[in-house]
Amino acid sequence: MSDQAEVKKPPRVEVGVLGWLKKNLFSPWYNTLLTVVSVGFVVFFGRVILLWAFHSARWEVVTTNLKVFMIGRYPAAEAWRVLVSLGVVALLAGLTWAFRKAKDSPVRRWLVLAWIVSFPVIGILLRGFGEDNPFLPKVSAEVWSGLLLTLVLAIVGIVASFPLGVLLALGRRSRLPVVKVLCTIYIEAIRGVPLISVLFMSQLMLPLFLPPQIRLATVMRALTGITLFSAAYTAENIRGGLAAVPIGQYEAAQAVGLNKALMMILVILPQALRNVIPAIVGQFISLFKDTTLVVIVGLLELLGIAKAVTGQRQFIGLHQEVYFFVALLFFICCYLMSHASRRLEKALGVGER
Amino acid sequence: MRTPGSETSKVPFWRDIRVLRILAQIVFLMVVVAGILWAISNYRQRGLIFSYSFLEKEASFDLAEGIQFSPTDSYARAFLVGVINTIRVAVAGIVLATLLGLITGIARLSRNWLVSKIATVYIEIIRNTPLLVQLFFLYFAVIMKLPRLSEAVVMPGPAYLSNRGIVAPWPRLAETFNLWWPFLVAAAAAAVVLIIIRRRSQQRIGRPSIRAVWVFACLVLIPVAGWLVVPGNPLWLDVPELIIKSGGVLKVEGGVNFSSEFIALLLGLVIYTGAYIAEVVRAGIQSVAKGQTEAARAQGFTSGQITRLIVLPQALRVIIPPLISQYLNLTKNSSLAIAIGFLDLYAVSQTMLNQSGRVVEVFFMIMGSYLAISLTISLIMNIVNKRMQIVER
Amino acid sequence: MNPESEVHMPSESSETDREIIQCRDVHKWFGSFHVLRGVNLTLCKGEVVVICGPSGSGKSTFIRTINRLEEHQKGTIVVDGIELTHDLRNIHAVQREIGMVFQQFNLFPHLKVIDNVTLAPIWVRRWPKDRALKIAEELLKRVGIPEQAQKYPGQLSGGQQQRLAIARALAMQPKIMLFDEPTSALDPEMIKEVLDVMVELARSGITMIVVTHEMGFAKQVADRIYFFDDGSIVEHNTPEEFFRNPREERTKKFLSQILTH
Repeated sequence: MSDQAEVKKPPRVEVGVLGWLKKNLFSPWYNTLLTVVSVGFVVFFGRVILLWAFHSARWEVVTTNLKVFMIGRYPAAEAWRVLVSLGVVALLAGLTWAFRKAKDSPVRRWLVLAWIVSFPVIGILLRGFGEDNPFLPKVSAEVWSGLLLTLVLAIVGIVASFPLGVLLALGRRSRLPVVKVLCTIYIEAIRGVPLISVLFMSQLMLPLFLPPQIRLATVMRALTGITLFSAAYTAENIRGGLAAVPIGQYEAAQAVGLNKALMMILVILPQALRNVIPAIVGQFISLFKDTTLVVIVGLLELLGIAKAVTGQRQFIGLHQEVYFFVALLFFICCYLMSHASRRLEKALGVGER
Repeated sequence: MRTPGSETSKVPFWRDIRVLRILAQIVFLMVVVAGILWAISNYRQRGLIFSYSFLEKEASFDLAEGIQFSPTDSYARAFLVGVINTIRVAVAGIVLATLLGLITGIARLSRNWLVSKIATVYIEIIRNTPLLVQLFFLYFAVIMKLPRLSEAVVMPGPAYLSNRGIVAPWPRLAETFNLWWPFLVAAAAAAVVLIIIRRRSQQRIGRPSIRAVWVFACLVLIPVAGWLVVPGNPLWLDVPELIIKSGGVLKVEGGVNFSSEFIALLLGLVIYTGAYIAEVVRAGIQSVAKGQTEAARAQGFTSGQITRLIVLPQALRVIIPPLISQYLNLTKNSSLAIAIGFLDLYAVSQTMLNQSGRVVEVFFMIMGSYLAISLTISLIMNIVNKRMQIVER
Repeated sequence: MNPESEVHMPSESSETDREIIQCRDVHKWFGSFHVLRGVNLTLCKGEVVVICGPSGSGKSTFIRTINRLEEHQKGTIVVDGIELTHDLRNIHAVQREIGMVFQQFNLFPHLKVIDNVTLAPIWVRRWPKDRALKIAEELLKRVGIPEQAQKYPGQLSGGQQQRLAIARALAMQPKIMLFDEPTSALDPEMIKEVLDVMVELARSGITMIVVTHEMGFAKQVADRIYFFDDGSIVEHNTPEEFFRNPREERTKKFLSQILTH
C-alpha cells in the first residue's frame, strides 16, 4: 500500500555496542561523570594491585609452602592418606550427583549408607593406629593442620550440629513450657555471644567440668564449640522451615492415626527440611569461613598456618602474599558453594511439587 | 477396646495426656539439673572455687588502649576499660558501616553499568572471604606497612599517619564551656520542637508547615550565637606536635590518638559489615514494587520526591529487621580484636584470666556483657522498627 | 465434672447396640468464647448425617471434637464404645477408627499419590507393603483416579485431590467417615465428581457425618439433616421434612438464604 510507513533502521548510536555504552555508561549527564570517576578509580587501584602482584610480590612464599598450606604439619610421607580421603569424598559426591534424579533406585539407599560409613572410615584412615603400625602409623589429631583441618572442622561441625539443631528446633516449638523455655534460653544465649567466646568456653571451661580423668584433644574441644554454636543457628533455620509447614498437615497426619513421633518423621520433618536446604547450605558456608577463628585458640588451620609461615626466616614479613593467597582460596571455595546453592534453590523450587 | 458403656472413672496415669505432659517436663528438667550438678561436682573435685572477689584486686598489668588505667587499678576497672573499648568500636563501626552499606547498596542498583559492577565486585569479594583473613590483611599487610613515626605521612590538620595509627587534632573543653553548653541544649530542644511541629502539621494539612531548613538553622545558628556571646572560646583545638624527647626518642604530644589496632579493626568491621548491609539495602529497595515508582512518575512527582516519600519509607520497613541482625553481628565480630591486639572486652578478659586464673567467673562476665550489649541494640532498633510501622498506618 | 456413665441395660432395644456415636451435652470454649453449647447427637451404624448451618456456628469445631482434633471440655463423646477422655490409648484408638476429609485436602505433598494412601496402613495398622498396595490400588479405582498413582498431589486437579483425600481416609478402613466442607474449596465444575464418590460411599453403607452446604447431596443420601446455629443443634429431621416444614425461625431464615441459589 502506498501509505505504508517506510521501515527505517534505528540510528547507529542507539544500538549495538555504541547503544549499550550510551545507555549504561553515559546517558544522563551525571552518569558520564560517574563513569569517568569510576574508570579513574579502577585504573588507579588496578595499577597498584597488578604492579604488586606481578612485580614486587614474592610468590615463592606461597609456592614453596603449598604443601604446608594444604595439610600443615601432617607428615609428608603419609600425605597419600589425605589424598585417598579426598578421593573417596569426590567419588561419593560424584555418585550422589549422578543419581540425584533417580528417586527409586536402590543405589540411593547404598549411597546414604556409604556416606554415613565414610565418616568413621576417613577418620580412622587419617588418624591411624598405634605408632608402630606399619601401614597406618598414628597421626594424632593435634598434628592435623592447614586446609585439612579447616575441612575437617567445617564438615564434622555441620554434620554434628544438624541433629542437635533439629532437636533444639522441635524443643523450641514444643508446647511443654519447660522444654520450650530451656531450648529458647540455649538458642538465644548462644546467638547473642560471639563464636570466639563459645570456643573459649569449650577450650578452657569445658575441661574443668569434666571428670579429671577425661582429657579432650584440642581439636575435639574446638569441634565441640563449633558444633554447639552452629546448632543454635541451624535450629533457627529449621524452626523457620517447621513454621512454613501448614497446620493442616499436622491435622491430616493425626486424623489418619499417626502418633506424634511418626507424624514428625514421616510427614512434618521431610517437608520442613526441604524448605530450609538453602539456609542450611548458607550456614555451612558461614561455618566454613568461621573455622578461621580457631586460630585464636591456638589451632593451626589454613589461616593459622599462613600466619606461621610468615614467621619463617626466609619469608619474614611477607604478609600480603600469604593472606592474599588464603583469601583467594576461601573466595574460590565460598563463591563456588554459593553458586551451587543458588542452583540448588532453583532446582528445588521448580521441582515436580 | 470394646468397653460397652463401662464407667471410665480413672484414667491410668501413664496413659493420661495431662499427666504425661507434666511428667515429661519433670523428667526433662531432672535430666538437665542432674547434668549441671554432675558438672559442678567435677569442678569441685578439681579443687576449684567460684568467687568474684578477685575483681577488687590489683590488675598488675597495663592497658595501652582506652581510658585512663594503671597497673594498680582493679580488675574490675580493667574490665570496664575493655567494655568501653568494645562500645567505642561498635558504635563507630555501626555508623560508618551503615553509611558505606547505604551508598554501596544504592550504587549496586545504579543504571551506570560500571558503578554497579564495581559495587558488585566489592560485595562478592568481601562476603566470600572470612573476616579474620581480611583483618589480618588489613593489620599486618597494610597498617603495619605504613611508615614509622619519624617518616609519618602528614595530612592537613596537621594529622600524622604512621604505623602507630593516626594522631589528629581534637577539640577539647575550655573553661568557658560551662557557659556555652546551655546553648547546645537550647539548640537541640528548639530542633526537637520544630520537628514535632513539622510532624503535626504534616498529619493535619499534608505537608510540613516549617521547612526542613529551619531545623538545621537552629542546630547551627544557636550554638554559633552562643559562641560569639561567651567570652573567649569554649573549645580549643588540641593540635598534635612531634617532639623529640631526651635520648632521641620521637613522641607525639597533643591531639587524639587512634591506635593502629583500632583503625585496623574499625576499617575491617566497616568494610565487612558494609558489604552485608549493602545487600540488605538492595533487597529493601528492590522490594518496593516497580509499579510504585511508575505510578508516582505518572502523577508528576520528581525523582527526589519519589525516593523520599514513596520508595524510602517502604524500603525501610523491609530493611530494618535484617539491619538489626547486621548491627549485632558487627558487635559480636568486634571480639576478633584479640587477634590483632586491640584491647576490647574479650581481649582484656583473656589477660585477666591469665593473671587471676578465674576461668568460669570471667567467662560469665564475657557472656553477660555481650548479651547486655546485644539486648540494648536490639531494643533500640526494635523501637525504631515499631515507629516505622506506625508512621505508615 | 465427672463424665456421666453410660450404663448399658441388657433389656434396651437393639437400637443402642447399633449406636456408633453418642455425644451428650458437649461443651467447648475457645478462651471465653462458648463455641459448643450442649450438643447432643446420636448416630447409628450406616447412617449418613448432614450438618449445615451459618459459618461460625461451630459445626466444623463439633465434628473435629469427635476425632479429637479439638478437645471438648464438658460432656461425653463415645465412639464405637470408646469414650474420648484424656486417655492416650482411647484417643489413638478413636483416631484409627475415624477417617476425615478436609476442606483444604491436606494431602502430603512430598509423597506420591499411591504413597499418600498407603502411609497410614503400613505404619499404623502395620500391614505388609503388598497388602497395603493392593488395597490402595482398589481404592484409587473406586474414587476414579487409578492412573494417577505415580504422580504427586500437586500435579492433580482440585477434584482429583479431594478424591485422593477420600481414598486416603478410606485406606484405614475406618468405621466412620467425617467430611468437613469437602467441596467448599473446589471450583464449581469439580464439585460433582467429588459428590458422586460421596454418594457411592453413602449407598455402600459407610457411616458418614458431612458438614456441607450442598443440599442436593443431602436430599439424595442423607438419613437426617442437623441444623447448627450458635453452638448448638437447633433442629434436625429427615431431609424431606427438613426442607418442607422447617420448624424453627432460624432454620427458615437459613434455608431461605441458602436455597435462593
